[in-house]
Amino acid sequence: MLEVSNIDVFYGKIQALWGVSLRVDQEEIVALIGANGAGKTTLLNTIGGSLRPASGNVMFLGKKIAGLALPAIVESGIAHIPEGGKPFPDMSVRENLEMGAYPYRAWTRKEETLKQVYHIFPRLRERERQLARTLSGGEKQMLAMGRGLMSKPRLCLFDEPSYGLAPIILLELFRVIKSLREQGLTVFLIEQNVRHSLEIADRAYVMENGRITSEGKSKELLQNDHIKKAYLGL
Amino acid sequence: MRILEGEGVTKYFGGLAAISNVGFHVDQGEIVGLIGPNGAGKTTLFNLISAALVLNSGVIKFKGEKISGLKPHQVCRAGVARTFQSVKIFGNIPVLGNVLLGSLFGTSTGMSSADAAREAMESLEFVGLSTMRATPAKDLTLANQKRLEVARALATQPDLLLIDELIAGLNPTETAQAMELVTRIRDRGITILMIEHVMKAIMSICDRIIVLHHGEKIAEGTPQEITASKTVVEVYLGDQAYAGS
Repeated sequence: MLEVSNIDVFYGKIQALWGVSLRVDQEEIVALIGANGAGKTTLLNTIGGSLRPASGNVMFLGKKIAGLALPAIVESGIAHIPEGGKPFPDMSVRENLEMGAYPYRAWTRKEETLKQVYHIFPRLRERERQLARTLSGGEKQMLAMGRGLMSKPRLCLFDEPSYGLAPIILLELFRVIKSLREQGLTVFLIEQNVRHSLEIADRAYVMENGRITSEGKSKELLQNDHIKKAYLGL
Repeated sequence: MRILEGEGVTKYFGGLAAISNVGFHVDQGEIVGLIGPNGAGKTTLFNLISAALVLNSGVIKFKGEKISGLKPHQVCRAGVARTFQSVKIFGNIPVLGNVLLGSLFGTSTGMSSADAAREAMESLEFVGLSTMRATPAKDLTLANQKRLEVARALATQPDLLLIDELIAGLNPTETAQAMELVTRIRDRGITILMIEHVMKAIMSICDRIIVLHHGEKIAEGTPQEITASKTVVEVYLGDQAYAGS
């Protein structure tokens, strides 16, 4: 479904990604783990279209998307849920969610999707009329997830969805991500909550210093000594 | 000795009570955790203590003196420094410059620019960012920007440090390093009040924990008492109390 081939990404003269390749198949949950500064967010921003690779290619559903304008990437079925939420601060919670529904396939079904989002995050319904800037950090995170889902995506890119969430919601969050697959969605996920993400993911890639250094089935990676030591703190 | 004390602290946003009649205290030398569901009012309480927001009623005292009603810079110079959940750095200024702002303008006595530079470098070394001192702050990773905020706060030579989610977004190995940093700050004689959702971290380094829910204090006690509290499990921890990484 998603195929990243040998991409190099630069910030000015500094190279952040080195020949990164990976693939995500339809209805898979794939995790990307790595230390802070390894390049995970850079990779997600490149797939999502806010950064362009200097070389290499990104294909989605058989079409090249690297270099496309952001709206075209969203329209093609990719929802990028950025780190920290980044809602539109002076719009209400509901307006933020409606903003997510702009792709053609999503607009006609927006009331129905909105109900689903409110079902997943009842707090967003409670705060429906509040300006997004008045939400707490964790609520902004929920709003970003909701806004992403409103676009009726085929592939969700999650950048640290658990960031700043209370434990009780964290458990719910991982259940939600897992349930997305049952609704036919594909998930590519960056998460520092390594154990939880490996538990819900089918496969995972490990990124170190801007390169993919290993990949495998999540269950195998959970047993890997290097992973245990470097990322699980065992 | 009580270094920080709040009585009847109340803050409304429109008609909504974000903080409702909350009483709390922090003793000198303690590490106190502030936890609670998302939207419970934790960051709002930090904003009230640091005077980023003005309370509607109640009083906050620092070392026995009333600080509610002061301006943010006055609270900082009195010895209360903070970090921010959504980082507030000066992105285009180099890392060292950001910390220098703390030592130049945030200390109680004021410093010569040479002393301020020395203090800033020392703070950067303390948090482990000295090799990045010339990098524009916006180019740091989020985790490092949070450490930069700790360095900037330490450069003001505080007696009390308010830390808002330092550990969020760190993997377990990095979490251990951040916890070690917090402990080292306390060992320097600085009292700490910290907001954090990562239970493993909170439970292992806090002497005491305060729990907020819907703007009210619903529990207070040692980590053991908190994890044993039915209410806290119900509204905050969920079934698996140690679900966090």
